[in-house]
Amino acid sequence: MSKRVLAVDDSKTMRDMVAFTLKREGFDVIEAEDGMAALDKSGDGAYDLVISDVNMPRMDGITLVGKLRENPSFRTTPILILTTEADQEKKAAGKAAGATGWIVKPFDPDQLVDVVRRVCR
Amino acid sequence: MNDFEQFKQTFFEECEELLQRFEDVAVTLKAGPNDPEGLDDLFRSVHSIKAGAGAFKFQRLVVYSHEFENVLDLIRSGKLELADGDPELIVQAGDILNDLVCAARSGQDVQDGHEAEMLERIRAMGSQTGTAAAPVSEDASKPDTNGDFVVRFRPHRAMYETANEPQLLIQALKAVGDISILADLSRLPELSKLDPAEGYLSWTIEVRGAENEEAIAEVFEFVDGDCDLVIEPISAAPREEGQAVEEAPSVATPAETTLATSNTPPAAGANAAPAAAQTNSIRVELGRIDRLVDMVGELVIAQAMALDSLSELVDIRHVKQLQALEDLTMRTRQLQEGVMAVRMQPLKALFSRFPRVVRDLSKKLDKNVRLELEGEATEVDKTIIEELSDPLTHMIRNCMDHGLETVADRVAAGKPEQGVVKLSAEHRNGRILIRVSDDGRGLDPEKVLAKAVANGLVEEGADLSKEEIEALIFMPGFSTAAAVSDVSGRGVGMDVVRRNIQKLGGRVTVESEFGKGSTFTLALPLTLAVLDGMLVDVACERYVVPLSTIVETVCAEPSMIRDLPEGGSVMSIRGEMIRLIDLCSNLRLSREGKTEPLRKLAVIVETEFGRRVGLVVDELLGQQQVVIKSLETNYHSIDGIAGTAILGDGRVRLILDIDGLANMETSTSLASEGSVDTMDPIISGGVAE
Amino acid sequence: MNAEQAVMAAAEAIADGKDIPADHRQYVSFAVGAEQYAVDIMSVREIKGWTDVTSLPNQPEYVRGVLNLRGAVLPIVDLQCRLGAGLTETTPRHVIVIVALSNRQVGMLVDAVSDILDVADDKIQPVPETNGREDARVLSGFLTDQEQMVAMLDLERLLGHALLEEEPAEAVGA
Repeated sequence: MSKRVLAVDDSKTMRDMVAFTLKREGFDVIEAEDGMAALDKSGDGAYDLVISDVNMPRMDGITLVGKLRENPSFRTTPILILTTEADQEKKAAGKAAGATGWIVKPFDPDQLVDVVRRVCR
Repeated sequence: MNDFEQFKQTFFEECEELLQRFEDVAVTLKAGPNDPEGLDDLFRSVHSIKAGAGAFKFQRLVVYSHEFENVLDLIRSGKLELADGDPELIVQAGDILNDLVCAARSGQDVQDGHEAEMLERIRAMGSQTGTAAAPVSEDASKPDTNGDFVVRFRPHRAMYETANEPQLLIQALKAVGDISILADLSRLPELSKLDPAEGYLSWTIEVRGAENEEAIAEVFEFVDGDCDLVIEPISAAPREEGQAVEEAPSVATPAETTLATSNTPPAAGANAAPAAAQTNSIRVELGRIDRLVDMVGELVIAQAMALDSLSELVDIRHVKQLQALEDLTMRTRQLQEGVMAVRMQPLKALFSRFPRVVRDLSKKLDKNVRLELEGEATEVDKTIIEELSDPLTHMIRNCMDHGLETVADRVAAGKPEQGVVKLSAEHRNGRILIRVSDDGRGLDPEKVLAKAVANGLVEEGADLSKEEIEALIFMPGFSTAAAVSDVSGRGVGMDVVRRNIQKLGGRVTVESEFGKGSTFTLALPLTLAVLDGMLVDVACERYVVPLSTIVETVCAEPSMIRDLPEGGSVMSIRGEMIRLIDLCSNLRLSREGKTEPLRKLAVIVETEFGRRVGLVVDELLGQQQVVIKSLETNYHSIDGIAGTAILGDGRVRLILDIDGLANMETSTSLASEGSVDTMDPIISGGVAE
Repeated sequence: MNAEQAVMAAAEAIADGKDIPADHRQYVSFAVGAEQYAVDIMSVREIKGWTDVTSLPNQPEYVRGVLNLRGAVLPIVDLQCRLGAGLTETTPRHVIVIVALSNRQVGMLVDAVSDILDVADDKIQPVPETNGREDARVLSGFLTDQEQMVAMLDLERLLGHALLEEEPAEAVGA
């Protein structure tokens, strides 16, 4: 069975990029346009990875990470947050909420794959 | 080559939306505190643009949006309050952002320094709080001496809690250099005491041939602080072995930590907006919808043809079959309407840019103007919306520039100081009506007529009705140098507006009362994708005549037709002389080997201006709804042909362009007078739906 | 080859194409009168047998009309006429080669598809400046290692302005 990733970003461009890159890596990509939508979709099956933007309407990424970690089926799921620059504050907040790591935008496909390999089998 | 190039299109489409959202909110800003949700929207719009711009390396856009985003972040977080003038500045800064996006999209850079001044002003705004944006850093990795390192790594419990896996990190180290691993199992407890969430293992890893220390540190970037990590060059003498252990903080008891984790409230969630009722939507590439529209259109045709051929076979005895057919017909229509609806968008997207236009222009013209919008929710085909932007902008500018009086003039005329421009939209009879009206000075029939005479559009002393005179303003050559102003644009007259609207299959009319104001009405089809047509046969070729243009069909007796000395012929119907267009000769069709029809059949059609002409055809083959296909997709436009349609039999048929044909005829019959490009000076009716 | 055989051959050729050396390219060659012409196989979208087209009024003679190809309306150019040798007397055995040209598609009416050729780049000779052929203006070179001289068509010059411009383009040889 192929691996499933939940890609959360309010920007279609970013979702497309993440999806494009990870599909090549054999992931099934499920997209959500904000934290709320992601939470809605968190129930349908197990995920091997979550990649979430931080700034989103309705529910931001940090909150999403926290909520997901409360869910037992996400306890050991790697969660990466997408931040625009080396924003220490965001990284720290993300980590405090339970994020596994982060991806700094802009990224190229290789960078994304590198990071994913570091957190996901 | 970046694999992401293919997403540029998506990015720019998204930018359009983001910029629109930005502007929608920006124009509502006021000094002092603002709606936090709106401020969030502003920030996010710019933020998303920046992120995408970074991915495609639009450096100027990145730098600019970065600074801009920083200020917006200060505002939304309440660290900065908008002062007088700031709202305008933000709107303008949005314009510059738009310019930079457009430049990135077209690949033509805007001139150097275009955004420099605005950047300064944004920075100045932000610096009031003393927090300037950290400049966007260009990644510069300094090459280090190649080397071998030893990594001592002992995860803490916290590392496991963020779902980081030591094995994966070690795996990732393999990409940095050749590794050899030594695991230290000494801390592993007895199985019965083992806590699966705790980390007991530690590793010593030799990495050979790594580029530099940073490359190794980067692998452990996410677990920094959640583990003991020492990276040392291998050549250097391994200092105190125990260093890592000494630094290790005491490990919390498992029970405590588990409790703490599950009770930790979501951090930083305070500013999460409550779940707003948002319509769920997906974005679909327009081409896909168009293909669907095409297919359904063809389904409708196929269904109609099937019904046609079957209706001869069934009669009252087949009530059930008839009902089934009717049901199928109805559902096919519903399906078609449903698919068409996908292409429909509310006019709001278009209308919402006009408050801005009016506000800017009021300042420029020094007029006091209020814009009233009505019917923004009216839905129209997306293509039509896009094509309406220019004509509507022009008409609104025209109203403000020429229609509305100055404040002084208005007061003198006993009108309120503030002029009103009204933009409204509604559906009526399967068409959409858009009205642009003002309560200004209105058209002065005498002046209009005098100008038309002066410009050679009308004969001196011509007897024209008020409506006919008003329609003169749409004639090419009416709007001349005298009307040119900075605002309405040089050389762009109402004739261009009319032509643009006609291209969309619509018409524009004006009603005016001198001294009281004018109303321009645009009547447009709801969609450009299908057309109700009459299939006609001319010399064994079949053509589609748009049903909306057909007035009546006349079987002409020879006595009704008169040949004109200069070529061509006219037909008299109920005392009215109607020029006949011989399709056969106009379209250069050959009658060779085909019998001439015994009688002439004339389809009387009306041009956009209510002029009537008769198309001479051999046979009428019946009505059909056809799916319009542009000829220009793979070829170029042809005079007299509005487009093509694929009929039920799979054949392509040409849709006749009535106005084009009428003008072709004019140009051939009047070529000797050299009036090829001018409109036929006869204007009749043409006004008001 | 008739249209069906040609399509099969072209599909196979494209499938095999991965195996050809880097400096080789594949071409579809076809007969027009006594001459052989070729276009790069990558520009060929489809090959189909002749069917009646819908004629367009007031267009150059070589534009035979338009055709419905799965919902797209394509112009069909009579290659023989375009090259100055008069209108083709069409039969169902004639073939339309559909090519892509800067986002547009256009069909070329030819007598028959001849072959799928695999040609090394260095076997292509430029059109000599002093070429006596009437159609030299729309050729981009000659494939010389074939039994018969095969002229490579420059699609842009052959069809470009005919598709984009409204001015009637004159026939090449006339």
